[in-house]
Amino acid sequence: MELYRLTAHELARMIRGKEVSARDAIESLLKRKENVDSKIDAYREEGVGSKSVLVDADNVDAAIRRGEDPGPLAGVPIARKANLCVKGKLTTCGSTILFPFRPPYDGTAIERLKEAGAILYGCTQMDEFAMGSSTENCGPCTKNPWDQSRVPGGSSGGSAAAVAADEAIAALGTDTGGSVRQPAAFCGVVGLKPTYGRVSRYGLIAFASSLDQIGPLTKDVEDAALLLSVIGGHDPRDSTSLDIDLPDFREGLDEPITGLRIGVPKEYFVEGLDGEVKGAVRKAIDELVALGAEVVDISLPHTEYAVATYYIIAPAEASSNLARYDGVQYGQRRDSGALLGMYEETRQDYFGDEVKRRIILGTYVLSSGYYDAYYLKAQKVRTLIKNDFDEAFKVCDVIVTPTSPTPAFKIGEKMEDPLQMYLSDIFTISANLAGIPAISIPCGFSGAGLPIGFQIMGRPLDERTVLQAAYAYEKSTTWNERRPDLKWITKSS
Amino acid sequence: MSDHFSPEEIKYIARLARLTLSDADVSYFASDINEILRYVRKLNELDTDEVEPLAHIIPLKNVWREDEVKESLPVDEVLSNTKYKRNSMFKVPRVIEE
Repeated sequence: MELYRLTAHELARMIRGKEVSARDAIESLLKRKENVDSKIDAYREEGVGSKSVLVDADNVDAAIRRGEDPGPLAGVPIARKANLCVKGKLTTCGSTILFPFRPPYDGTAIERLKEAGAILYGCTQMDEFAMGSSTENCGPCTKNPWDQSRVPGGSSGGSAAAVAADEAIAALGTDTGGSVRQPAAFCGVVGLKPTYGRVSRYGLIAFASSLDQIGPLTKDVEDAALLLSVIGGHDPRDSTSLDIDLPDFREGLDEPITGLRIGVPKEYFVEGLDGEVKGAVRKAIDELVALGAEVVDISLPHTEYAVATYYIIAPAEASSNLARYDGVQYGQRRDSGALLGMYEETRQDYFGDEVKRRIILGTYVLSSGYYDAYYLKAQKVRTLIKNDFDEAFKVCDVIVTPTSPTPAFKIGEKMEDPLQMYLSDIFTISANLAGIPAISIPCGFSGAGLPIGFQIMGRPLDERTVLQAAYAYEKSTTWNERRPDLKWITKSS
Repeated sequence: MSDHFSPEEIKYIARLARLTLSDADVSYFASDINEILRYVRKLNELDTDEVEPLAHIIPLKNVWREDEVKESLPVDEVLSNTKYKRNSMFKVPRVIEE
């Protein structure tokens, strides 16, 4: 068995048990990347930092030889999306405006991974400023390991593809409207968006601050539980971080789900939902029932307004957050000789089109005369969407839906039609608006061999139940064991 | 709500966001942005007169901390991401006329 195929919990156990060294693991992954990434483009050109990761691995091995325990992720290489700050490492959020930014500090999630013994391995491709659902708003776009003519989803498409192609043991992504879960579904891996406030956003380059949340992309549910237990928890440097005890989510993961009430919302099984996706999700629900769960038919009546609400709130927050890219402190500057000219030329020349589109949209909905009609209205509808979930969770414990209405679409298919691209997030956006935890896990394949994922959403802070249900399902099926054969790479190379 | 976001308005709003769009940029963005705005106006189907807006999901009160002096990032590291600097400061074009 090649080491790159292992999960984080398997590899950490072997490294801590001195069965393999951290250096062996890193070398196995570096070789894997060399063999496949020139075709997949999961990692950004700044690469993985081959020299420094080998030093990190040797340090872990030396600590183990001294009899120390480096932590629950001892020697495990973990990739990170390019919007998570790592001290001294190129971190550009997929944008030329921020090139060549090297953060002077580690973000909290990164710091906690390091403290747990993990090795920060590589910076993955993403849509510029996380604005996109396909990892095409950047260059070069990441390819779906299951079919090179298709997108990996987005905006954490590089992280999802890296995990799916065994180029990373696990990865961190970020999820503002589905950017962890949708690529997880498209690439056949597990993706978890925690409750808003569960994971500190300190050191996450902001897109839409009331929606952004860091989450793991992993090969199995146990790894998602492990990573959340490491990166979660209170942090005084993020004022929205919740001061609530962080459990070890691996404890009790294998508890039976007998009597678990799973809500199935009728609004998620409607026209526009691909037939094969619908069939696979229905089968997943049957499997959960076979495991002892009960189905409750529920309604989330404001579901059809989620995308519209999101595309007011997210651009509004983004237009404010992205004001900081003015050429002064970091990244690119057009030195026009005058202050205003510097701002305007820098932003005009270095932001991409989708980013400009959302800045204009966001500035418009916040501008005088339109604020009430758009932004305030959207915030009120956000209340209605959250109320839908509060009502639903009175009669069920988790909610099960498809993650995305279709399997991975073709590269280029939606690039000329932003609204169609936005609608691909129709099933994931509500969890961000309501702040609740949600996971996507593999539940089958289309006739064309593309992965299909389904989503389990839970009550605020109840990641435990979400993970238990996902774990029970995963253990009773074999979908997560399948990997893309990558014949399209080996053939051509 | 206004039904159409005109080219002049797009230019004006872009200027507020410190973007200078060419006429070609404006026509490129105009149709998409109008289509998106038409779509989001779907929210008008809902009566929200009695609904409170939701700014943050978690009912957080003000988060206070002790007013203590703590170590901050080293100035040279913070300045290391720009070549436009002098002493311990960021350098920008002249703001006030001589």
